[in-house]
Amino acid sequence: MDDFGAQVVLVIPRLRRYARALTGDRLPADDLVQDTLERAWSKRHLWRQGSDLRAWMFTIMHNVYVNQVRARIAETALSLDLSPDHGAEDVPARGSPTDRLEVADMDAALRRLPNDQREVLLLVALEQLSYVETANALGIPVGTVMSRLSRARERLRVLLGGVPLTATGVLKVVK
Amino acid sequence: MNRLEITETDLQAHVDGQLPGSACVEVEAYLRDHPHEAQRLAEYRRQNESLHGAYDGVLDETVPAHLTDAVRRNDSRWPLLPVLRYAAVLAWVVVGGLIGWQVRGMYGANDSGRSGPLFARHAAVAHVVYSPEVRHPVEVGADQEAHLVAWLSKRIGAPLRVPHLGEQGYALVGGRLLPGLPDDRAPVAQFMYQDVKGQRLTLYVRADADQSRETAFRFAQEKNIGVFYWVDQKLGYALSGDIEKNELLRVAHAVYRQLNP
Repeated sequence: MDDFGAQVVLVIPRLRRYARALTGDRLPADDLVQDTLERAWSKRHLWRQGSDLRAWMFTIMHNVYVNQVRARIAETALSLDLSPDHGAEDVPARGSPTDRLEVADMDAALRRLPNDQREVLLLVALEQLSYVETANALGIPVGTVMSRLSRARERLRVLLGGVPLTATGVLKVVK
Repeated sequence: MNRLEITETDLQAHVDGQLPGSACVEVEAYLRDHPHEAQRLAEYRRQNESLHGAYDGVLDETVPAHLTDAVRRNDSRWPLLPVLRYAAVLAWVVVGGLIGWQVRGMYGANDSGRSGPLFARHAAVAHVVYSPEVRHPVEVGADQEAHLVAWLSKRIGAPLRVPHLGEQGYALVGGRLLPGLPDDRAPVAQFMYQDVKGQRLTLYVRADADQSRETAFRFAQEKNIGVFYWVDQKLGYALSGDIEKNELLRVAHAVYRQLNP
């Protein structure tokens, strides 16, 4: 079991990266990681030696996130969803002069994705899990992973300015 | 594969490099005929790069001690239940209180102890309350050191410097603000350090404006906790830890040297 602890420690940086992108903030992200680590420890007998510990940890983190954090974050997301054009003006167009701005753009755009789309996008694009691993981690069919991924990317493309605005300044929905 | 069969799933998989080689050829042929789709996929690929650009930095950050502690601590054969941990802290507070009354008796209730034994006792109690904390040992972590120092300096009302004790084997965990001694509204700063085994030391600092003198190191022992305390340039310091006295003195000297280069 010492071995388990040592392996988990190696995964922590990846868990923190995912949690940071998921929550957008350092403290809630580390709280999420902390809760995930505690839960993983209590369920360590369920982990099959030799299987991918990282994918297993993401499964746990997803459950923790859903149970403990989603309610709070959903509130914010809901208020944003109610006004789809909210903030459209303050999202700078692609081709920002500095990397720093681009980072801020990406983070701001991620906040405007629904949670379920954000989770899928981050597991696939940032954590580079396979579609099947992502489906397992989130407990959803692969088909759902694909549709959420597709919607997340298209929405990001709009938010990041890759899709031209219409004359009225309202975001044009491109299918 | 017939080109008409290319689906959105194939296109997404192409972006993520999750498409088998044969299908890849088909998709690439399709994209040559559909430049708008090729452009869309190129944007998605740029999104992947931006995500890495935005968050890969987290991988290089020092993992906060409380996170590694969560696993290492749990690695012990008899993990301490959280409720027991709190009970332990409570017990320490009670012990601290009792010791405090004894000290008060020994030195007299009139000893405000602004830089005296009462100061050492408060430092020891603060040490036993906060150093076992796994989750929130500090309010501001070492990764925000500049902010930590600026904030505490402002609240303490004196410019603070935080010693670096890497050479002595102790890394800064962070710091917090604490209420001051009785009859004294000035708050106190606590910096926390930790070695590789998780052994923690705390440095308790308060402004000592009315005693702008220097004192020698003095030592107090409160149960397991040793405290070296001194006054230097209008600041009172107390270094506390559950470690051997000479070892603690060695660290106290290092702190002193760094604050008086």
